[in-house]
Amino acid sequence: MHTNHLLRKLALFSVLGSLLLLSGCNSLPKKQIDELPAQHSVDSVVRDDVDYVIDIYDPFEGFNRGVYRFNAGFDRYVFLPVVAGYEAVTPDPIEDGISNFFNNIFEITNLTNAVLQLKPKSAVETTGRIIINTTLGLGGIFDVATKLGLYENEEDFGQTLGHYGVGNGPYLVLPVFGPSNLRDATGYIADSVAFSEIDLLNLDDHSKRELIFYLADAIDSRHNISFRYYDTGSPFEYELIRLLYTKKRLLDIAR
Amino acid sequence: MKRILLYLLPLMLSSFCYATEEYNYPIDDPIVATVIGTPKDYAAALPKDIDRLENSIAIFPNRPIKTFFPVSKLNYTLVRQAYKAPLIFSIAGTGASHRSAKMQLLEKAFYQAGFHVVSLPSPTYANFIVNASSTQVPGHLEQDSKDLYRVMEMVQNQISNQLEISEYYLTGYSLGGAQAAFVDKLDKEKQIFNFKKVLMINPPVSLFNSVSILDRLLVDNIPGGAQGFNAYFDELMQDFTKIYKESEHIDFSDNFLYRIYQESPRNIDTGRIAALIGISFRLSSANMIFTSDIATNGGYILPKNHKMHPTESTTNYFKVASRISFADYFSERFYPFYRSLNSGISQEDLIYNTSLRSIADYLRSAKNISVVHNEDDIILAPGEINFFRKTFKSRAYIYPKGGHLGNMGYRDNVEFMVNYFKAQEQ
Repeated sequence: MHTNHLLRKLALFSVLGSLLLLSGCNSLPKKQIDELPAQHSVDSVVRDDVDYVIDIYDPFEGFNRGVYRFNAGFDRYVFLPVVAGYEAVTPDPIEDGISNFFNNIFEITNLTNAVLQLKPKSAVETTGRIIINTTLGLGGIFDVATKLGLYENEEDFGQTLGHYGVGNGPYLVLPVFGPSNLRDATGYIADSVAFSEIDLLNLDDHSKRELIFYLADAIDSRHNISFRYYDTGSPFEYELIRLLYTKKRLLDIAR
Repeated sequence: MKRILLYLLPLMLSSFCYATEEYNYPIDDPIVATVIGTPKDYAAALPKDIDRLENSIAIFPNRPIKTFFPVSKLNYTLVRQAYKAPLIFSIAGTGASHRSAKMQLLEKAFYQAGFHVVSLPSPTYANFIVNASSTQVPGHLEQDSKDLYRVMEMVQNQISNQLEISEYYLTGYSLGGAQAAFVDKLDKEKQIFNFKKVLMINPPVSLFNSVSILDRLLVDNIPGGAQGFNAYFDELMQDFTKIYKESEHIDFSDNFLYRIYQESPRNIDTGRIAALIGISFRLSSANMIFTSDIATNGGYILPKNHKMHPTESTTNYFKVASRISFADYFSERFYPFYRSLNSGISQEDLIYNTSLRSIADYLRSAKNISVVHNEDDIILAPGEINFFRKTFKSRAYIYPKGGHLGNMGYRDNVEFMVNYFKAQEQ
């Protein structure tokens, strides 16, 4: 109970902090007193009548960039060191087992959303995967289904909303979670609520177990993502990630 | 007649290097090879994970920090053996970091063969431009190589008590390969490392020619400026969506493109693939130009004296930077900058200086340097491959295909690179 209370307080602080940041951040470059026009100035090149691929609807850009920077620092000083410690003490086969376990548990999200999008093939395959992996795969530790040619169909509520025509909404960079947009963030919350309502592991009655479950899930997720902040070496990394995220989600929805 | 024979003989000899044995790298089209690389089933067997130490080092500790750039030290990787071993310095290609896929491939291959490896980012990579370049205007082979040499000395200092080094080797791919030759030349004067062997992997002959070729891949295949690019990008997305929908199972892994290529080679439009190479190069070039511009307050894209705030939008600058070709950068920024350091220099001088031809005599005599290349490498202008044959003679190993670095992970190639350095040890 105590930890829940703390988490709730933290969440409240982060929302309040975000609002403060939002109001104080304007991302558009302002003309500074002693500056001189560039050889290739924005005004002389960028045209209003052209749609640029790099433009994604991002009205909170200043705020998002702040969170992006925060995430990079969090990743470097907290997240990655913890993940490195986890990788150092855990043998590779056990790491894979843990990843498979979480994958299997969260197949329930794939299933509900396949049903919501009325995709029978996807729903049947996902059901098959859950049954096979939970039994033959010893509670999901082994991904036997993939080896049998039954592949994962990734579905989430963001995709379901997109499937029924809901647009991206503004681009958002969420603290710790990273790139998202209003639709996908909403979808994420819906999926989380659904997951905790179904409560397969009976986490509601065991707050300590719940904490461990979500921490382990976070570490396992980061362990499986090779992305490193500022690794692209691009001063435009923020724009490039924003573009990739948005286009990748469009592909997922179209599927 | 005799002269012609003399000229032809080395050509014939070096072609024996591959003509005697079959070479089974599977992709014949150099453009497709460059994009797809080495398919899984043809790749050399390498360890999945090795222990890589991500280090950083302050090269110019007194340089004022620009808040826009998040990192104020130079990052590099050290992979070390537990015992005394030779150390290979490895230099990344244009715009690439010390962590790029190709750098990690080299790390694994050399580590497995018993070497220590230090991976360095390219002097054209943002982190290097900001923290380790003396001019912060990259692209000058000799100048960039001096910077690399300084970095190597400082890295050697930093790691010397962590491992035992028997001797030094040097390698680099693409632009990093050309820089390796310049670094070795410098080392012959300074004699700090006395590199026993140097391997240049698919280097350009003339930097200017190579970047012009890459620029043309973009312009020729995506005509119509920004609007043309939109159309291209839309078509590309539609292609992806179609493939994504039709395929049973897709993960966007290394093998993804090869599988499409295998399943329906006719669906691969070479022009569209060529444009991808052009885009990727233009992106590297835009990164480099804008980073250099911020770091030097050059007033090229960013208004002069404008201080970048860490959360300020750069989207409009991206639109500008992505419209600038390397040729524009060369004549508008690069050349004026180096003329301001050396007033007598002409554009032609600078083009010549940024080419291996300017050190051809040295390359001819430096028996410790070899080059591995591909007959059909797309970054070479017609005939340039013969520069290597003529200059390096039996020290040039030229594969019949592979495009630009497409075959770098292929079994034979990895075996060749490893054996090249190992042969010294006996």
